[in-house]
This record gives sequence, structure tokens and C-alpha cells, in this order.
Amino acid sequence: MAIEQELAQASNWLVYSAMAVYTGAFGAFVADLAGRGARAGLDTARDQARELAPVGSASSVGGSAAGSDVVLVAAGESDRPERALGIAMSLTWLAFVLHVAAVVLRGLSVHRAPWGNMFEFATTGAVVVTAVFLAVLRRHDVRYLGGFVIGPVLLTLGLAVTVFYTEAAQLVPALRSVWLLIHVSVAFIASALFTIGFSTSVLQLLQERRELARAAGRTPGRGRFMDALPSSVDLERTSYRLHIAAFPLWGFTLIAGAIWAEAAWGRYWNWDPKEVWSFVIWVAYAAYLHARATRGWDGRRAAYLAMFGYACLLANFLVVNFFAVGKHSYAM
Amino acid sequence: MASETRGEPATGVNFTEYDAEPPITQPALGPLGWLRWAWRQLTSMRSALLLLFLLAIAAVPGSIVPQNREDPGRVSDYLDAHPTLGPWLERLGFFDVYTSVWFSAIYLLLFVSLVGCVIPRARVHLRAIRQAPPRAPRRLERLPEHVSLLAPAGTPAGASTDAALDAALAALRRRRYRVVDNRTAPPAAGASAGRPGGWGERSISAEKGYTAETGNLAFHLALLGVLVSLAWGSLASYSGQAVIVQGSTFVNSVIDYDSFGAGRLVDTGTLPPFSATLKDFVVEFETADQGNQFGAPREFEATFEVVDRPGAAPRTAVVSPNHPLDVQGTRMFLVGNGYAPVLTVRDGAGNVAFRGPVITRPQDGNYKSLAVAKVPNAVPRQIALVGVFLPTYDLQDGIPVSQFPQPLDPRLMVNVLLADPGVDGLDFRSGTPQSVMRLGPGMTMALGDDGQPLKILLAPGTSAPLPDGAGTVSFDGLTRYAAMDIRRDPSKGWALGTALLALVGVTASLFVRRRRVFVRAVDGADGVVVTVAGLTRGDDAALGAEVAAIAAATVPEGGPVADPGGGPATDQSTQQTNGQTRTEEQS
Ligand code: HEM
Repeated sequence: MAIEQELAQASNWLVYSAMAVYTGAFGAFVADLAGRGARAGLDTARDQARELAPVGSASSVGGSAAGSDVVLVAAGESDRPERALGIAMSLTWLAFVLHVAAVVLRGLSVHRAPWGNMFEFATTGAVVVTAVFLAVLRRHDVRYLGGFVIGPVLLTLGLAVTVFYTEAAQLVPALRSVWLLIHVSVAFIASALFTIGFSTSVLQLLQERRELARAAGRTPGRGRFMDALPSSVDLERTSYRLHIAAFPLWGFTLIAGAIWAEAAWGRYWNWDPKEVWSFVIWVAYAAYLHARATRGWDGRRAAYLAMFGYACLLANFLVVNFFAVGKHSYAM
Repeated sequence: MASETRGEPATGVNFTEYDAEPPITQPALGPLGWLRWAWRQLTSMRSALLLLFLLAIAAVPGSIVPQNREDPGRVSDYLDAHPTLGPWLERLGFFDVYTSVWFSAIYLLLFVSLVGCVIPRARVHLRAIRQAPPRAPRRLERLPEHVSLLAPAGTPAGASTDAALDAALAALRRRRYRVVDNRTAPPAAGASAGRPGGWGERSISAEKGYTAETGNLAFHLALLGVLVSLAWGSLASYSGQAVIVQGSTFVNSVIDYDSFGAGRLVDTGTLPPFSATLKDFVVEFETADQGNQFGAPREFEATFEVVDRPGAAPRTAVVSPNHPLDVQGTRMFLVGNGYAPVLTVRDGAGNVAFRGPVITRPQDGNYKSLAVAKVPNAVPRQIALVGVFLPTYDLQDGIPVSQFPQPLDPRLMVNVLLADPGVDGLDFRSGTPQSVMRLGPGMTMALGDDGQPLKILLAPGTSAPLPDGAGTVSFDGLTRYAAMDIRRDPSKGWALGTALLALVGVTASLFVRRRRVFVRAVDGADGVVVTVAGLTRGDDAALGAEVAAIAAATVPEGGPVADPGGGPATDQSTQQTNGQTRTEEQS
């Protein structure tokens, strides 16, 4: 089937437009956090109030909702940061719409699912990250994560249009399979959740350092905006939720990949570099879940394992795709 | 939540029966003590964690260093390129990571640990499933989540404690809890009538979410199943490669394979005797010359005539990438392709010493291919032709190249090597057809008039004399071949089934919440006071909402009770729990 180059061109322009709008959203998210940091003194007072409030309470389960209430109240004291957050969210939605349109047009231009090469993996993967973020927002107010989600999305798109760019074209026969559709799309969703979970784990560790410093009577250093974020305990729980949603999806990715491998090469498990790394990622996150359930291991050490898992995920995409020789080098 | 409830007796207020991992103490002296100690170490969560981490690390080298099972040719290239490091890596098994002693040791230890860990847990869980939920603890306010509501006297639930408890029973059953009505249940040991745990105690115990633990156990056991399937697969499967030239027939017996490997349980004498003839092979490449996709593969379609068993009627089957041919469970996969120029070599005596297709090996995306024809029975001298086949011939800076993968202007360009009879001719390193060839002693390269090695350039339909009166070579025509992987693996259904079971199990384990709920009804001043309390295992932020919802369903018209915990409840979704206001969170 012929490639519609005009559609592909339009898709490229949309990618650039989305990047511009994402940049605005990113700026607004940063401004929002900075604005909160500027009132850190106020928030610290709030923190102390928060610590006083649940005296006699047996539970920490309610912490997250109560915590975000405090955040919202604090943010409401001056409407400037609220406004920044509002702008950030509007821009994120706008960028998301442009981004989705770009991906759809790319798919239409080549008459297939738009994930057949690195450029398409990156653009479509990034749109899934935004989508998952927006979906999570419907249930949990984690807008404070915005900058840490849109940042990686922008970075991915930047890499896509510079390093990975590939002309719109048909797929090589080795990639023509429904399993490409299933295997890759689920991998996208899992990776998006892992990405947001990773950002949350990083924040959790930073937050914990500040809390420890404060407990030791020192004033924590830079990054006062952190005071506007939930406590490390709550961040840890959010991160865990994201990871447990991602883990079975990654497991499914492995299984779907094995089914496809069987159809393509006859052997469902070949230990080719891509498979090795997918397996390593799975084991690393299994270790994370184990660590969290292991007595004597705390959220911090588990978080390091989650970050190790994410490092493997990045390596799988950025390093293995380029340097390893294996069956996944997409030619026959 | 655990810190608050840990250390309580196992009656109702916690799940300690599951947390039975004993502390690992210093071993008592004596070999048995040490053994027990080692076993406890191995089957602890901590060891499982360490082994999982080790497994992740140990799997990595196999993606960096070339592997024998993938490509032995690259292994020997690597050995050539790293004369000091290479042999060490070889000794340590780095070229066969996934069958190496250390890799196997890690996963076997992990699975031993798994069995040692999961079996006792399964026993505990079976007991828990068979047992009724425990009696209600004395003081429900001590549980992490609790709500008290007053059912006013005029309302249905407020009529009596029995009416309130019946409403609670109905609400809990609707939510698919397993319930024990403590009004009628036999007393707990040592309890007296009317008191908590005794006859007629006006409370209900309920529990649900056993699936979480069941799923967890199923997951761990299913992983074991995956491992067993893999092991069985390596014993009971066979696989091999065959190159099938257009027009020729492959018969499924060991001699027709170019390479063949089988597990111990396979009787290689009785492979299913089907045959497949390559009738047609359509190969297409991108011809649009804008963009970077020019020459990229577009279509591979091999049409076979298959005879499923001797004497059966032939059928036609089309094989393409991702669409193998299936003959009673043995599958043929199209994994490669290339050109097979048909040559005729006449020797110095004028006899046809060779006639047939020569399999060439593609070296680049435009199918510049390595071609080697050995003619050992030529007289008076043995002949070998070594060179390249170029489907679309061109010269770039004097170097012959192919510009496109299709045969638009094919050429065969060969050097001629000659040897006396009986001399061992060309020496290929085994298994590495793409690697450099070595000349055997006694082979000499024929030189041209300019003193350089003689090059013969042939187009289809042309022929050329060989030097020294060694004979002639003619390039009669061009065919293609299909490289097929042929494989039978009876374990794959089991591997898939156990892997899916693991997936379902872990999902249940992560998302199903194990919850215990207790309801107690007490006569109050102007109605019945109903207290609902809940307890969970692990991470469950929605427990408060669940407890509130059960309370609301039991006593729809209920109002707040002056309760040591604190002030008035605001609405349905904001309930008073633990003196802290919480908005309902659904997750
Ligand atoms: C092949 C190796 C193993 C893998 C891939 C694996 C993976 C996992 C995963 C992903 C979970 C999370 C599910 C959840 O949190 O409910 C889990 C839970 C668990 N695993 Fe493993 N595991 C392995 C071996 C073991 C071993 C050897 C033990 C015993 C020492 C063990 C004991 C447990 C326990 C007790 C839990 C439940 C934790 C809890 O929720 O309280 N696992 N495992």
C-alpha cells in the first residue's frame, strides 16, 4: 500500500507543535513547584500542624488524602500557584491532543499501527506516558508529579525527532504480526507506569532526606518546593501503586513477546539481548515487590530496587536497540 | 498498618498466622542444627530477594558477550579479537551464560528456596481457608479502621440488636464476605456466655479476599511450572535448519537437515515423515527511492507443496515471516533467504564435474553474497571458485558492489583456486560460513596476466575458461533458496499455560484485598449502636471506605454516636474513623 507522505508530514508538524506546548506545560509545572517553594515557610508551619493533628490516631492509612487536602489548602492561600497549575494542566491537555493527532496521522499515513521503528516507538510511547498520567489524575491528585512526567516525555520526543527519526514506510515482513500490536502496546502502558513510578520514587527519596534532615534539627537544603509535596510515606505508597499496576502488564508483555517469538522463529524463548533485558527488568521489579514485602526492608531500599529496574528499562530501549546484535534487529 | 497490630494474639485482630516466618537464630551445635539453620536461611524472604537480584545481574552478560546458542560464528570472531580475555570468558562459561554452572545455580537455588517457602505457606493458607473467620476481638476500637453508628429506635435496624446484626449479615453477604454469626456459633475455648467469644455474643465476624493469598501461591508454583516446562522442552524437542532451493524437496529426516539438534527424549529415527517442495518464492523490496527505506524488505512468500505423510494427497501452503507451516505439530519457519546461481563446471577432461545451484550467503542489505563452489572430483586438478554474487552489479571506486537486492543486473565474480588431486582443499572453520576462509596447503590462487589474482566475471547465460586448462565454468541461471528453521517443541503449551497462570495469580495477589470485618451491636439509650471495624493485610487505603460503606449499608438511617474517637460524621462519603476526617478514596 502506498505511503501517504502528506499525512506523515502533517504528523511531523504536529509532533513539533506538541513539543512546543509541552514545553509550556513543563514551564508552568516548574513555576507551580517554585511558587510553592517560595511559601515553604508557610508550608512548614502547615507541616507542623499536620503532625499535631492526628495525635492519638492509630492509622497512617488516611495520610495520603489528608496530606493532599493540606496541599490544596496551602496552595489556595495565594491563587498564583493554583493558576500556574491550571495553566500547566490546560497546556498538558492541549499538547496531549496534538500528540495523539500526530500519532494517529502517522498511523494513517502508513496504514498500520504507528510503532514499527524507534521513532514511532518513542513518539507513541511518549503519548502513552501522558495518557497514563492523565488517567491516574482522574483517581488521585498527583498533579505535583506533572513536571516529572512531562519532562521525560519532552526528552523522549526530542530524541525521537533528532536521533531516531525514520521516514514513514511500510513494515519489514518480520514485524508484520498482530502480536506486534499487542506486545508493544502493552509494553508501552507498562513502561509509562514504570516511568511515573520512577519519578515518584525519586521524589520519595528526596523527600525522605529532607524529613530526616529536619528530624535531626537541620534545615534541609535546596528544593524547598518539596515541602509542598506529600510526605515520603505517601509518595512511597503512590509509587507502589503505580508499580503494581505496571508489573503484571510487563509480565504480559513478556508472554506476548514469547508467543510472537514462537510464531516468528519457532522458539518461544531465545535469550536474545532484547529478551534478556525484558527478563532482567521483570526480575528487578519482582525483587522490588519482594523487598517491599520483606520484613526489615524499608521503603527506601525498595525504592532503590525500583530505580534499578527503571535503569534496566532505559538500557533496554536506548542501548540494546542500538548495539546488541540479535533477532530483534528488525530485518530478515 | 502492621506496626500497630503486630504482636497481638492471632484471634481476629491481625493476620499473624501468615507472618510465621520464624526469626533465624544462631544454630544449635551439631550438623543437624546447622542444616536446619542453612535451610531457614535459604528459604527466607531475604535470600529470595538476594537471589532475584543476582539472577537479574547474572542474565546481563549474555546480552553483551556473543552466545554459542545464538551464533557460534560471532563467538569465534570474539575469541580472535580478544586473545587474552576471550579464553578466560570461555572457561567461565560466558559464551553459554544460560546453561553455565553459576547461572543455573542461582535459579535452582531460587526455586529450591521457593519450594521451601511456598509449601509451608500453602499449608497455613489451606488451614485458614477451612477455618471460620476468627471471633470478634473485645475492643473493636483498637482495630485500624472502625465506625460506630447509632440506629435510632424507630428505624428497622434500630428495632433490636438482632435486627441490626441481621442487616449487617445481609450487607456483608452482598459484598461476598464469608460470615460467622457469633450469636449462634459455638463458643471459643474458655469464653463464657454473652461475653465476647462466648455463646450468644452479639457480633458478626466476616472475611474475604482469600484469593489474594491463593493467587500469590499459584503465582509462585506456576513459576516452578514454567521452569519445569522449559526443562522438559529441552529434553523433548528437536530443531534444525535446512536450506531449500526453489524446486527442490525437503524430507523430514535427519539426513535432509543442514544442522540438527534433539533432546534426549527424542527418537531421531522416527521423525514424522512429511515432505515439502518449494514451488515458488516471491521476494519484494522497497522500490520507492525517496527516503531511507529504499531496498528494505517488503514481502517474502514461499509457496510449498506439502505431503503430510507418505502417500497423502499433496496440499499447498504459503509460508511467510510470522506465518510458519505446521505439519502435525512440527513447524517450519522461514528465517532467511538468498540467491542460488546455477553453475556448470567442466573439468580439464571435458566432463561435467559439477552442475547445480550454489547457495550464497548474503553479506549486506543489497544481497552482496558470498559464493563458494568446490569441485573436488575435477581432473586433472581440483577446482574451487570463491567470490561474490551481486544481484545488481555496479563498481564503486573500483570495488564491485550490489545496488539493489533484486537481480536487476546479476553478476558472479569469482577467483579460481586449483589444487592437485588428493590435497585437502579449502578449509572452512566449522559452523562459520561467513567467516574468513583459509586456504588449505597446496591450493594455489590462479593469477591473471597482470600478476594479480584472476577474476572471472559472469552474467547469466555466459561461460568462461578456467586457467591452466582446468576446464570451464558457466553461469546457467539464477534461483533463490529459502532458509528454514524446523522445530517441534511439545512443551510450549505447558509453558504458556503456566506463564498465564502466574500472571493471573500475581494480579490477584496484588489487587485483591484480604479483609476482616467485625460488626457488633449494643443496645444504646435511644436505639442500637452498631460498630463496624476492619482489618487488612498489606496495603489497603480503601479499607476505611469499605468499613464506612458496610456501616452505612447496615444502618442506612444511622447517625453519629458520641464515641471516644471524636466528633460528628459529615456525610455518607466522609466518615468518622479514628478521629480523623478522610475523604473516601477508591483504589
Ligand atoms: C522465582 C522466584 C520468585 C519470584 C519471581 C517472586 C516474585 C514475587 C512477586 C512479584 C511477589 C509480589 C506479589 C505480592 O506482593 O503479593 C512475591 C510475593 C511473595 N513472595 Fe515471591 N518470588 C519468588 C520467589 C520467592 C521465594 C523463594 C520466596 C520465599 C522465600 C517467596 C516468598 C514470597 C512471599 C512470602 C510473598 C508475599 C509477600 C506479601 O505479600 O506478604 N518468593 N513474589
